[in-house]
Amino acid sequence: MAATARARASPLNRGAIHVVLLLYAALCLGPVLLVVVNSFKSRAAIFGAPLSLPGPATFDLIGYRTVLGQGVFVNYFANSLIVTVGSIAAVLLFGAMAAFALSEYRFRGNTALGLFLTLGVMVPIRLGTVAILNLMVAAHLVNTHLALILIYTAQGLPIAVFILSEFMQGVSKDLKDAGRIDGLSEYAIFLRLVLPLVRPAIATVAVFTMIPIWNDLWFPLIVAPGEATRTVTLGAQMFIGQFVTNWNAVLAALTLAVLPVLVLYLIFSKQLIRGITAGAVK
Amino acid sequence: MAQVEKLAADLPLLPAAMVGAEALARARRWHILVFLAPALLVYTVIMILPLIDTLRLALFRRVDGVPMFVGLDNFNILFFDPRWSGHFWSALGNNLYFFAFHMLLQNPIGVALAALLSVPRLRGQAFYRTVFFLPTMLSFVIVGFSWKVILSPLWGVAPTLLGAIGLKSWFHPWLGQEATALTTLALISVWQYVGIPMMLIYAALLGIPAEVTEAAELDGVTGLAQFWKIKLPLILPTIGICSILTFVGNFNAFDLIYTVQGALAGPNFSTDILGTFLFRTFFGNQLQLGDPNMGAAIATMMFLIILLGVSLYLFGIQRRMRRYQF
Repeated sequence: MAATARARASPLNRGAIHVVLLLYAALCLGPVLLVVVNSFKSRAAIFGAPLSLPGPATFDLIGYRTVLGQGVFVNYFANSLIVTVGSIAAVLLFGAMAAFALSEYRFRGNTALGLFLTLGVMVPIRLGTVAILNLMVAAHLVNTHLALILIYTAQGLPIAVFILSEFMQGVSKDLKDAGRIDGLSEYAIFLRLVLPLVRPAIATVAVFTMIPIWNDLWFPLIVAPGEATRTVTLGAQMFIGQFVTNWNAVLAALTLAVLPVLVLYLIFSKQLIRGITAGAVK
Repeated sequence: MAQVEKLAADLPLLPAAMVGAEALARARRWHILVFLAPALLVYTVIMILPLIDTLRLALFRRVDGVPMFVGLDNFNILFFDPRWSGHFWSALGNNLYFFAFHMLLQNPIGVALAALLSVPRLRGQAFYRTVFFLPTMLSFVIVGFSWKVILSPLWGVAPTLLGAIGLKSWFHPWLGQEATALTTLALISVWQYVGIPMMLIYAALLGIPAEVTEAAELDGVTGLAQFWKIKLPLILPTIGICSILTFVGNFNAFDLIYTVQGALAGPNFSTDILGTFLFRTFFGNQLQLGDPNMGAAIATMMFLIILLGVSLYLFGIQRRMRRYQF
């Protein structure tokens, strides 16, 4: 027993494991670093020495001046922020309310409603795009933030209800009944007792919902391609298309698009990874 | 009026508790509606009804601006009319290849990384986890363009890197050649999404109780043998979930190919999958006007394929898999 434990932990094996994992880490980080590092270099250095860090002679912000000089990138960020925050707020509020109703009350059609919502977990909303575009045209919502917010809310709700009702079933019944005896309304029980207790689950759902919305290209391209409502993902896509031969600008635009995601990811990675692993263990 | 007064007069005769219970029950019902209404409304109006409407639109065609019911004729055109069928079957074939490539690479790499990561008391686990999951967080636009510039023969980073290990002659402009473009895109997509199976399988491996592995060790089953004989069967359900997630994702993919190769999924449509075909068809492009009804027909096919895959998984695979309760 002791021998096998020692064999499993042999330093040689561990070294080999670290070599493999580090190589793979390099493969993950390399391409991103290559783009970010070269975005700070002069054109000559990008082509002359792509693998070296920017030095005093090669440091150049011309790419950023080109990108930010267009003055539109800030707007793209603002649009992405409005759409993402608006959708997450709606998904969390509406999702938590529906999850509470489904997990708390026994009523006719409860199971059927649960199944109805589960359909949205399996079937991608993109398949309804043809009719969604018709709907948005009829409602005069093309090229508005609201169109994107509505679509992403519908897209995020099923999984949010699914995860949140799992967690809400775990909230103690005694606590809610105590609240009822104290004369709290059902709304107060939801807002003041249940919501604070499922906060970790809400944070997880928020991160999960956020990523596909921020990164989506399909719906901005189809429903809101106008300059005024363009999100940063679509903006970067179109911008890079225009500046395809201006390597400084392309790399700077990519870096600008990557940075907010990177920062958010580093802040929330613990939360996110815990969320994924907790969900899977269940 | 008289009736209302009579009712009011009758009320005090009812036992107070019953009135209370009834009122409570009625109030309760209203809550449920208030809690459910916003979610159900948005979900139904923006997602479910358009999905149904898309299936309906697939059965119509616009003739001189007037929608006309044509039954399954759009599908007939999609499958057999040479103007459409070539693109459709090639997009479907490419999509199947794209999916097969993911299954052959993404799950094994995910399992291998998860197995290495879950070695007990391994240092730097959090660092590796964070880094391995990073590409998954990035948008296809960033991933696509980054790889496009890296693999571009104009920049020359890829040949330089290959040159460093003496393989410079191996370099080709992979994304620009018909024979290799789709495989290269599939590799980029695997690179981006390996994080998801890795993380789910990692969690499943951590969920295997210590008693199970200890019992195996007592029987002399250790190391790789232990992985194949004990752990792999236990994580099979998770691998099943990863596969169905990959399936739905792949048959719904669009962004990466649009970003790297454009709506025409070049070179010469060699990277065309159902998502890009759908976009081109209903939205229109340089070569043709948009056709919402044919677009709806393609979306219907994608819907049926995804439905088939999900049902096969739910009723065929998941049911037969034994779930172990610890």
